[in-house]
Amino acid sequence: MTPLLNIKNVTMQYGTTAALDHVNLKIEKGEFFTILGPNGAGKTTLLKTLACIDKPTKGELYIDDVKIVDRNRSHFRKKITMVFQRNVLFSTSVYNNIAYGLKLRKCSKKEISERIKNILRLVKLEGYEKRPASRLSGGEKQRVSLARALVLDTKLLLLDEPTANLDPENVSIIEEAVTHVNQESNTTVVMSTHNMFQAKRITGKAALLLRGKITEVGTITDIFQSPSERLAAFARLENVFSGTSEILEEGTSVVDIGNGLWVEASIMKLGKTQILVRPEDIILSRKPLSSSARNVFKGRIVGITDLGPIVKLRVDAGKEFAAQITKRSFKEMGLNVDSDVFLTFKASSVHAV
Amino acid sequence: MRPIGENMFGEILEGLRKAIELIISVDPTVVQITLRSIYISGTATLLSVLWSLPFGITIGLRRFPGKNFVKSIFNALIGVPTVALGLVVYLILSKQGLLGSLHLLYSPLAIMFGQALLITPIMVSFIASAVEAVDPQIIDLAKTLGASELEASVAVLNESKDGVLLAIISGFNRAIAELGIALMLGGSIVGWTRVLTTTIALETGRGNLTIAIALSIILLLIVSAVSTLTNLIRRRR
Repeated sequence: MTPLLNIKNVTMQYGTTAALDHVNLKIEKGEFFTILGPNGAGKTTLLKTLACIDKPTKGELYIDDVKIVDRNRSHFRKKITMVFQRNVLFSTSVYNNIAYGLKLRKCSKKEISERIKNILRLVKLEGYEKRPASRLSGGEKQRVSLARALVLDTKLLLLDEPTANLDPENVSIIEEAVTHVNQESNTTVVMSTHNMFQAKRITGKAALLLRGKITEVGTITDIFQSPSERLAAFARLENVFSGTSEILEEGTSVVDIGNGLWVEASIMKLGKTQILVRPEDIILSRKPLSSSARNVFKGRIVGITDLGPIVKLRVDAGKEFAAQITKRSFKEMGLNVDSDVFLTFKASSVHAV
Repeated sequence: MRPIGENMFGEILEGLRKAIELIISVDPTVVQITLRSIYISGTATLLSVLWSLPFGITIGLRRFPGKNFVKSIFNALIGVPTVALGLVVYLILSKQGLLGSLHLLYSPLAIMFGQALLITPIMVSFIASAVEAVDPQIIDLAKTLGASELEASVAVLNESKDGVLLAIISGFNRAIAELGIALMLGGSIVGWTRVLTTTIALETGRGNLTIAIALSIILLLIVSAVSTLTNLIRRRR
């Protein structure tokens, strides 16, 4: 089977820096493909190249086995669409925003209004047609951006971190809508994200893009089952611990991660396992907390990094943990290097990787 | 004997009363001069749009070496004295001038041409700024939705239409309110090139304050009506 997208040795040079460095990828029809990478890895550049907006400095791009050249670039542009991370809307009504691409495709008025109605239902914005797009909330704006792309029913849908900076409700509406078109209309989706948890929620294939290079390609399950050092480094996967897990009577597990630390996790896993706790899920306190959280460890602060409104702390509790608190809490608690603190986190905050 | 100041004040009040009478009674001379002013400056504005629009869009949209220099030239030219520009165009249109053979001097066409040149810097600067103010990602966005290069540029123009409208209105207001060019290139010939500003200057000089005041009120009304209308249109969007 010929792949829908065949990317051969694509390089994008800006001055002396290569935003993309000999990228090779094959993306099959109907696939949900995730491009994982930190900010500045070249994800947007790659997607803009795939969208036929930017021309690569070197290398070739094939769509359905046809090589993209200047002559056919605008033709292929009509078969592909892209949603940007930062929503950009025309300063007009929701209806006119979504109608833009359909008008370029010379659809009839009746067809346009029908398709807009259906697509607004999919992104849960029924009845929003006449609203000025500029007055919507951030999440609604992004849903209009998505609807404007989805309504075109293109072969290929490119999503550049579509849910970055959105609240969970909007994230789930967008993820549902995208999954729907991928499954129902067999639209090929290529989505970039720096959020590995989002990638995990979506099944399919993924590639890891680091400094313009593809370093790993595989199914998401494979990639996450044995996260390479590179993946862990990209996702800045902190608090990843290896250990042996035992299943408790209640259906949860307890993982021995060494140095006398036992972590309770609401997963069912037996034997060798790798677990992860997000730094923002750890509660820091001066005194032990009496709460429902199953994991409480005593430690000592060994490192402090100021990240603006947030402070990142490294705490030695037998194993080194990373925890994240607001600067305000940091000041109020009067913390410093060598301060003794307690780390508290719920069993449900422990993820298996 | 009454002091001069008081006399003058009374005259102005009297002028104002008569002026309002002139306007309300729809005096044919006043109407004719007003319509001619609108016609000449309106045509001058449309004429200027012909070249200012593509020029402004190009400056706003494209990147080229010396772009800032070009922009600062146009900004500086906004303040050009009307009499200086009037003189230059006079020399071009006069018998010995470059376009002397066209015999345009002292015709409405001469005023239109002069005013169109006068408002070009204001229009180009404002249009370029309006286009530059549009989110640069609009072009990419239009392309992702299937637009060609040209269609993407049209999308940008569409986004900047409020600013472009403002530029055109500013141009028109500057044209209809200027005196130097209308006087030097039109000559204020009765029934032919006499417009609001030249009549106001002429009648004031003659001591006919009534008609001067009436026409000034009309001029102010036109300028503010056009501005108000623009604001209304912009707010409705």
